[in-house]
Amino acid sequence: MSELTLTVMRLGFLAVLWLFVIVAVQVIRSDLFGTRVTQRPARRRTAAPASAGGAAPPQQAQPAPPPQRQQARPRRGQRNNPSKLVITEGSLTGTTINLTDQQITIGRAHDSTIVLDDDYASSRHARIYPAPDGSWVVEDLGSTNGTYLDRTRLTGPTPVPLGAPIRIGKTVIELRR
Amino acid sequence: MSNTTITPQAAPNRRNTELMMLGFAVLVPMLAYANVGLAGDGSLPVGSLVKYGLGLGVFAGLAHLLVRKFAPYADPLLLPLATFLNGMGLMFINRLDLDIIQGVGLPNNVKGTAAAGSQLMYSAIGVALFAVVVVALRDHRLLQRYTYTFMALALVLLVSPIPFPGDTYGAKIWIRLGPFSIQPGEFTKIVITIFFAGYLMAKRDALALASRKVMGLYFPRGRDMGPIIVVWLLSILILVFERDLGTSLLFFGVFVVMLYVATERTSWLLFGVVMAVAGAVVVGTLEPHVHDRVAAWMDPMDAYTNPAPGKSQQLAQALFGYGTGGLLGTGLNQGHPTEIGFAARSDFILTTVGEELGLAGMMAIFMVYALLIERGLRTALAARDPFGKLLAAGLSIALALQVFIVAGGVTGLIPLTGMTMPFLAQGGSSVITNWALVAILIRISDTARRPAPPAGAFDPSEGVAPRRGSHASGRSATPAAGSTPPPPSSTPADGSASPEALTVAGGVPSAPGGPPSSGGSPTPPRPFVPPPNPGGGTPYGPPGQSGPGGQHP
Repeated sequence: MSELTLTVMRLGFLAVLWLFVIVAVQVIRSDLFGTRVTQRPARRRTAAPASAGGAAPPQQAQPAPPPQRQQARPRRGQRNNPSKLVITEGSLTGTTINLTDQQITIGRAHDSTIVLDDDYASSRHARIYPAPDGSWVVEDLGSTNGTYLDRTRLTGPTPVPLGAPIRIGKTVIELRR
Repeated sequence: MSNTTITPQAAPNRRNTELMMLGFAVLVPMLAYANVGLAGDGSLPVGSLVKYGLGLGVFAGLAHLLVRKFAPYADPLLLPLATFLNGMGLMFINRLDLDIIQGVGLPNNVKGTAAAGSQLMYSAIGVALFAVVVVALRDHRLLQRYTYTFMALALVLLVSPIPFPGDTYGAKIWIRLGPFSIQPGEFTKIVITIFFAGYLMAKRDALALASRKVMGLYFPRGRDMGPIIVVWLLSILILVFERDLGTSLLFFGVFVVMLYVATERTSWLLFGVVMAVAGAVVVGTLEPHVHDRVAAWMDPMDAYTNPAPGKSQQLAQALFGYGTGGLLGTGLNQGHPTEIGFAARSDFILTTVGEELGLAGMMAIFMVYALLIERGLRTALAARDPFGKLLAAGLSIALALQVFIVAGGVTGLIPLTGMTMPFLAQGGSSVITNWALVAILIRISDTARRPAPPAGAFDPSEGVAPRRGSHASGRSATPAAGSTPPPPSSTPADGSASPEALTVAGGVPSAPGGPPSSGGSPTPPRPFVPPPNPGGGTPYGPPGQSGPGGQHP
């Protein structure tokens, strides 16, 4: 073996060793799950740090339910089905949440989909999940101060009509098309 | 006005990524084997390539298939990183065997025996244990039931080497049974972590809440100091009777860190460091063997310049090795790692890495350890039950501390102590234990990352709840059983539905609520007892009292 071959082999092996490390780090990068937070092109960029979602990187959240059984899959793309939640009052005003197959958890716990910084919210306050027929259902998770749909305090899972305000502490959320 | 959009994402199933990484993890050591052979006698070592490549590949493949079948949501990196380290360890032991068999570099050219074959066998046992844990331990919370059994087992394992005469290399940590020697301290690592996790889960509130605040730090009450003092005394006893700084430091460190994780009180770390330093200083001055180790650490060149029977030149030789390796190393099979002696295969295997792969290679190995530990801590973060959190954190910290103690010892950062580099170094007990450790982490991460059952898929009539008392009102009173709202008269007021609702609430804490009726347009709130919620919120009223839902028409 010539000196040159040995040197190439030595450096090549070190390169492969580090390649392994880099690929492993890439796997970790692609392994993030929970919530993905994106910034819309904004007229005013200064407001971004105010949101808890914008301040925190994508968080490890409780893994939400997988796509439902075939017969229970909501028929997406229908014109009447809501496609997003919009926060209309509170510190997160303006944040939108895309509706997918996943349930949306709301509360002060940092692994919630919507993390509220609000003394009136419980750590696991409420959740909003898709019903088999494509409508969305809000359920209070035993919060201290309650979840209100319009003016009524929720006592059980309740379907959410489009545009009806869901009030949690100082935050108001609406279902939009 | 915020302009962010939040999109919820489910945890992906990463088994194909794991398979790809496993292939890579087997390939890298194979390249190293080829490199060793080409640099040695200029030919490809076909025999060892086939033997170790096939061996490692088969272990990895079997482990992967089992994970795919039994833990489909587990972390994709734990298994490949462990396989990589095990493969690199086998490769380095095999490479050192080449010199040790011929007596190259050893004092008086004593010829040693090969160890890579037996290490491969122990790896096979380790992977078998991995398989057993992944298949048999369906829920890690099972371990919690045997908290105090594990404590007893840990104590037995800890004292077991004391009656054995095996005072080899200074420390008393081996049990010798004929040709085999077992290092029970390695197994204790897992057993005692399980005990700590179970114990701290039960006691963490008392340890965290009852405290006084002095100068910004929370100080525990005197009587809550009991457990930490007991573990501290135990570590000191290990240090005195087994003269093993590593095991002692490992157990105390794991306990202190787990105490911190359980209580979120920084003062425990402070206490831990103070107690560890105090104990180490006292024992270090009184116990002659530990004293020798400290002296060798303070002045490693002394043994080299003034050779004496009691002094070991290993640390000086190791430092020479790093110096020879430099930044990029001498190249595999082109250094002289056996100058250290037989310990080059076990405690000092990192020196071989440092000499032949240089700082760059050593850092890559450290990075792989760091990633393995990071995945373990990530698992602890994702775990939803406190026991799983504590156990995953404790096991990762045990691994991290062990890497620190060994690497710190052989690089001269802390006094040298006899421990094995996890997966890398020669040692049957070590490799078996670490495979079991990774298996437990994989189990916890599978539970942690498994998606919650889909909303609406929960059917209480599927036999989760015992159907006691159902004779009175039958199915119609079961919460969320049918698509038609039951008439108000059959709901909770008659007292037979509420106990059932309670059973469901207690039995399936994570069961999502029932779906609204699927047969048409959204209906107003239905008059049944609200199904249990995942937040574990307020319990429902006592049996016989009508639930909140019963007030609706």
